[in-house]
Amino acid sequence: MKMDIAVTVNGRKYQESVEPRLLLSDFLRETLGLTGTHVGCEHGICGACTILINGDSVRSCLTLAVRANGANITTVEGLGTPDALNLLQHQFRDKHGLQCGFCTPGMLMTGMDLLKKYPLASDAEIREGLSGNLCRCTGYQNIVAAIRAAVDLQNGSAP
Amino acid sequence: MKPAAFDYVAPCDLKSAIDALAAAGGDGKVMAGGQSLMPLLNFRMARPSLIVDLMHIPGLCFIESRENAVVIGALTRHADLEFSDLIAARLPVMAAAMPHVAHLAIRNRGTIGGSLSHADPAAELPMLAVFYGATIRVEGPAGRREIPAEEFFVSALGNCLESEEIVFEIDFPVLTTHTGWAFEEVARRFGDFALGCIAVSLELTDDSISDARVAVMGVADTPLRLQEAEEALRGARSVPETAMKFAEVVRASVSPADDIHVSADYRRNLIGALAERAFKTALARAAGAKP
Repeated sequence: MKMDIAVTVNGRKYQESVEPRLLLSDFLRETLGLTGTHVGCEHGICGACTILINGDSVRSCLTLAVRANGANITTVEGLGTPDALNLLQHQFRDKHGLQCGFCTPGMLMTGMDLLKKYPLASDAEIREGLSGNLCRCTGYQNIVAAIRAAVDLQNGSAP
Repeated sequence: MKPAAFDYVAPCDLKSAIDALAAAGGDGKVMAGGQSLMPLLNFRMARPSLIVDLMHIPGLCFIESRENAVVIGALTRHADLEFSDLIAARLPVMAAAMPHVAHLAIRNRGTIGGSLSHADPAAELPMLAVFYGATIRVEGPAGRREIPAEEFFVSALGNCLESEEIVFEIDFPVLTTHTGWAFEEVARRFGDFALGCIAVSLELTDDSISDARVAVMGVADTPLRLQEAEEALRGARSVPETAMKFAEVVRASVSPADDIHVSADYRRNLIGALAERAFKTALARAAGAKP
């Protein structure tokens, strides 16, 4: 059994035929070749595969590709380019918010949603927001610092 | 790990979903937000031959204010509840509990109908349904029926639904406006399932407690309403010292088991400590909110 789906990923439209059991994470990585989305635990614990669906952060390993039919998806490839990093990516580079980089795409996508939905007034709030994303290098300090800097920039630029 | 192969249908009305389940002869599984079912599929602990996806059924995602209740559609997502002004105003205990439900990315997908049906003994929404005395409305081949939350949860991960019944909405009676309330939870890490959790509400008349409601979770196979502890509070003096006695009764009325996380004694002491804390908060709120 295969089903046709149409999705928009990072502004580009794709039409594919997929098995119902195909995970959205595998669809992005293997069918579309967008390997920026990383796969860690495949049961919703590590957060590495976090993407945005219609603007909301979602575990792509806990979503079937068929359920993304008609959705607007953003992966880490859609945030910025090496020459033009987005605000949050820029802070990750500035604050050295990554070590091996495996968790980074998930941290960024979660960070984007946190910036949008919470005031993040304290670092404790940032840590709580990141608690669903594991960094096995344990480089959390700099990730929190990067998000703190992004919050400050966002607040500073807002009237 | 990847799910084993299954067939998939996404019907556009509840009746078709029920028919599809019936046609699968007990081997079909309903998917709402999928945040509990997907891990089970990925681990192949669940291997249904058919997934019935509810997400294309219109009219099941809503939060509606009624006279003395708030009615919530089964496909309403946790994040919708978390950020709802209506929930904050009319179901404050639920509003306080929602940030404790897993992580933002899970809350963006998980639904109230899914969480209740999954019936995890350490999940917040089943406990809130029991606390509020919610009515769970379900539809099956024989039509619709209403199930009180306390009867809905029968074991760890077990509910009283027939195999072709689907939850479509939940009716939460609101607390009276002069009720003081508190929600306390302890988990190992942010977003983890609770080691212990309590919700308390109090109503005061003069300087004594005229009514009380107490529910706990993480200390049994299902969330529990603690009638004994409620009884103990009725007529008690509304002073902080009552907290100790209340904690005692709460500790005595639960019998948790040892498990991989903590010992039974730890859980019993934890729920007692949370009871004491919750009582004091609820009392302060009730005193401040007296009509």
